[in-house]
Amino acid sequence: MIAQDDTTTAPPAPATAAGADAAPPTRTPPAPRRKRRRAWDEAPRWQIYLPLGIYLLFTLIPFYWIVLFAVRPAGSTSLLPWPMTTAHFEKVWTERAFATFFQNSLLIGLATLVTTTVVALAGGYALARFDFRIKKGFMLALLCSQFVPGALLLVPLFQIFANLSMINSLGSVIIAETVFQLPLSMILISGFIKNVPYSLEEAAWVDGCSRFAAFRIVVLPLLRPGLVAVGSFAFVHSWNHFLFALMFLSSQEKQTIPVGLNTLMGADSVDLGALAAGGVIAALPVVIVFAFIQKWLVTGFSAGAVKG
Amino acid sequence: MATAVTPPPKAPATSETPQAPARRRRTGVAPRRLPYLLIAPAALLMLGFIAYPVLSVFYYSLQHYNPTKPWRNGFAGFDNFTRIFTDDPHFWGTLTFSLKWVAVEVTLQLLFGLALALIVNQTFVGRAVGRALVFSPWAVSGVLTSAIWVLLYNSQTGITRYLADMGLGEYGTSWLSDTSTVFSAVVVADLWRGVPFFAILILADLQSVPKDLYEAAEVDGAGRIRQFAHITLPHLKDAIILSTLLRAVWEFNNVDLLYTLTGGGPAGETTTLPLYIANTSVDAHNFGYASALTTVAFVILLFCSMVYLRLSKFGGESK
Repeated sequence: MIAQDDTTTAPPAPATAAGADAAPPTRTPPAPRRKRRRAWDEAPRWQIYLPLGIYLLFTLIPFYWIVLFAVRPAGSTSLLPWPMTTAHFEKVWTERAFATFFQNSLLIGLATLVTTTVVALAGGYALARFDFRIKKGFMLALLCSQFVPGALLLVPLFQIFANLSMINSLGSVIIAETVFQLPLSMILISGFIKNVPYSLEEAAWVDGCSRFAAFRIVVLPLLRPGLVAVGSFAFVHSWNHFLFALMFLSSQEKQTIPVGLNTLMGADSVDLGALAAGGVIAALPVVIVFAFIQKWLVTGFSAGAVKG
Repeated sequence: MATAVTPPPKAPATSETPQAPARRRRTGVAPRRLPYLLIAPAALLMLGFIAYPVLSVFYYSLQHYNPTKPWRNGFAGFDNFTRIFTDDPHFWGTLTFSLKWVAVEVTLQLLFGLALALIVNQTFVGRAVGRALVFSPWAVSGVLTSAIWVLLYNSQTGITRYLADMGLGEYGTSWLSDTSTVFSAVVVADLWRGVPFFAILILADLQSVPKDLYEAAEVDGAGRIRQFAHITLPHLKDAIILSTLLRAVWEFNNVDLLYTLTGGGPAGETTTLPLYIANTSVDAHNFGYASALTTVAFVILLFCSMVYLRLSKFGGESK
């Protein structure tokens, strides 16, 4: 900041330190601003960086560990990822069929994202904009469904999908993931829609828009951060989820990454390099998605999600 | 917030603009039926794949039902339930472990998550990167968490080996297969993934604390600790209650991590009730008995949630 101020006012000084000293008038304006900073958000720096640094170690060492094991040659005990090898990745990707798993997981994740968002958007709009007779009961059902453990419904769900002859088809997992994502997604989305003033929509009707057109043109663009949060939630969840795929998909070419990882762990003598490489493959898409949406996630939640 | 929940204006209300009602009628759905149409897909999905399975669990809980022993199938009355409470060598043990697991995990996750949220809510250089890094394990699955900690806890090449190199502990310790260390080992692994959940939710709620409250407190001479106790904490109360409850239910039900990390072992030491149920229904095919166990788990969960909401006076004073 200081250097920039200097270049505009002071003549090109030979040394930067001298330049900073030579231009006291330009440094006076920022001073009052600094004074106005409020003490409540001014903890001493070490009180931020020290605990944060310690916690970061706890967070990052496991990540480092798995990357380290994935890239260092088998039998090496070096703590540095050098020399590097891609052997583990090649092995997992082809021999252990992670290429297929990856495709399946991606397909399930994207399909769940789309179905969850669309269905939750419709329901969320109804909850936010209408008063109807079964609304209270429906909301209660949504909340209660949070207590229903998907893991404990495995057997009846299995029977249902068997009756629909959907066992061993990705559709069964997509439906199951969507259903268990829906309640929370709908509650969140209806909260986002409530934050968009109804008068905006009404104005669009007056201008001749149908209800749907008004929604599409006026409301939908404003919902973007919320939809990104909900959609990525759905994607990450179904990408990560393990039990449904384990139960409903029996053949190897239908299975997903978490199931593949579990198989690697369950082997009699665990191939740690392969396991680590598989883990890195499992983590990559989610970490990338997460890096993009991280900021929206917090704003999305604070936009009235919990307060409804 | 709730101001927008008004029924859609009827056509006569906007009759000054003759075009509008005509256009709206073109959608072909009477506004009265529209909300039902909109929630129909969600409602049908939830009826078919949540409500119906739940009811069938209740039904099977009163049956002897085991596909591998069809000659014994039939109405059981409360046999399954009496067996759970009087004659099941695993039920009480797994239930106790579940409660211990949930209590320890949720408490620690909340404390660390709260602290973390308060830290990354400050303004400091590198905040965006710090937040992203600290939150990142949230996106990691239970199975992947297991994979990571299997690598870390491995007795040959895990972290213990390097600790032993530095003179801490002994070579060849395997924290996951020793009954005295396995609990702390899985708790730490699950904390690693669970803390960011609380941190994200609490951070989101921290954004909505009115800033002028702090300024006023400052003028009145309140220090940072008193500001936290009298402004921040009361404001966060509802969010904390709701997120701890959701998390407790989630931790109780979620079997991914324990299933893949320890499989409930060693010696059944880390078997939660849901894991025991899954084993009973999937491995032993005893669906009737597993359904009765599931019903009991439901009731316990609902009862605990009610008590918790009542005791914590959720939504009480703040509204």
